Amino acid sequence: MIPAVPHLVAGLDFPPIGELLNWKNIGPGGFNKTALIDVLAVALTLGLFFHAARRKAMVPRGTQNIAESLIEFVNGQIIMETMGADGLGYLPFILAIFCFVFLCNIFEIIPIFQFPADARMANPLVLALIVWGVYNYAGIKRQGFRAYVRNSTIPPGVPGFLVPLVAVIEGAQRFLLNPLTLAIRLFANMLAGHLLLVTFALMADALFFHNTVTATIPIGVLPVLMEIVIIIFEVLIAVLQAFIFAILTGVYLGPSLHPEH
Amino acid sequence: MIDALQAASNVNIGTKEVQKAGQSIGAGIAYGAAAIGPGVGIGIVVGNAITAMARQPESAGVARTTMFLGIAFTEALALIGFVVAILVLFVG
Repeated sequence: MIPAVPHLVAGLDFPPIGELLNWKNIGPGGFNKTALIDVLAVALTLGLFFHAARRKAMVPRGTQNIAESLIEFVNGQIIMETMGADGLGYLPFILAIFCFVFLCNIFEIIPIFQFPADARMANPLVLALIVWGVYNYAGIKRQGFRAYVRNSTIPPGVPGFLVPLVAVIEGAQRFLLNPLTLAIRLFANMLAGHLLLVTFALMADALFFHNTVTATIPIGVLPVLMEIVIIIFEVLIAVLQAFIFAILTGVYLGPSLHPEH
Repeated sequence: MIDALQAASNVNIGTKEVQKAGQSIGAGIAYGAAAIGPGVGIGIVVGNAITAMARQPESAGVARTTMFLGIAFTEALALIGFVVAILVLFVG
């Protein structure tokens, strides 16, 4: 980090990146804004489903409606597409991951917070490690340790002399690269979105409030319009990334439940 | 070279400034180069998915899910490039 030199992005006095990502502690034990968003996301997920399950109406209304369409969406679009009827036992797990990731992301555009908790690597990394643990546990439980390792490193129909090479590549993919890319994808998407929003907000701020040439002040409207477009785009990204995280969990769980023969 | 720049711009150019300049150029190249392949790749993935959906509208749901998966895998490379650019620019 070089604090003396200002970071110039598009002619802007861009703050050092730590200022955009590191938040002051607001509670004991390093409890900061990221942790607060995590706690809120868990509380909102639990609150939604407990509130929805309080009265089971025949014709769903309100929160029950939201909860039922979420369950149907995860069931139809994620589990049946990737795992089949076998994977229905994983519905609560994948539903919880989908809701948690989506809520962590959507805090990016909620005033006061305006920070996606998934833009800190710790958050997606822990989620990816949980997914890693679950799909390996499921595979070992379903197939036995030796069979699971064999099935996930040696794909069927590989000629004998290629087996060592393919086994190394497939093993690294399954046990190392899959969880890593799962975490990096979510982290980098949310970080990029956050930086994009910050850039246009700073541009508007510079043109409106730190402008020495009065004639160019109205140009500040353009970054504000762009900011609105990007906010709408970020809502789409938040949903899409939650969906992709959940569906990739299903894709990685698939071979644990149904080995290819 | 640096002396001439210093004389022309009236700014004191030291090791830190040279490092900063190198970092900026490196970050730009890192992200720019990392975005080429995934840009082409996502175009191919989405284009073929649209072809599939237009030919068989009844299987559009499967095509859409697979398309998002393909985008996710392709996009990961560009995002790793983005992370590398951020690391080059702000760390070290």
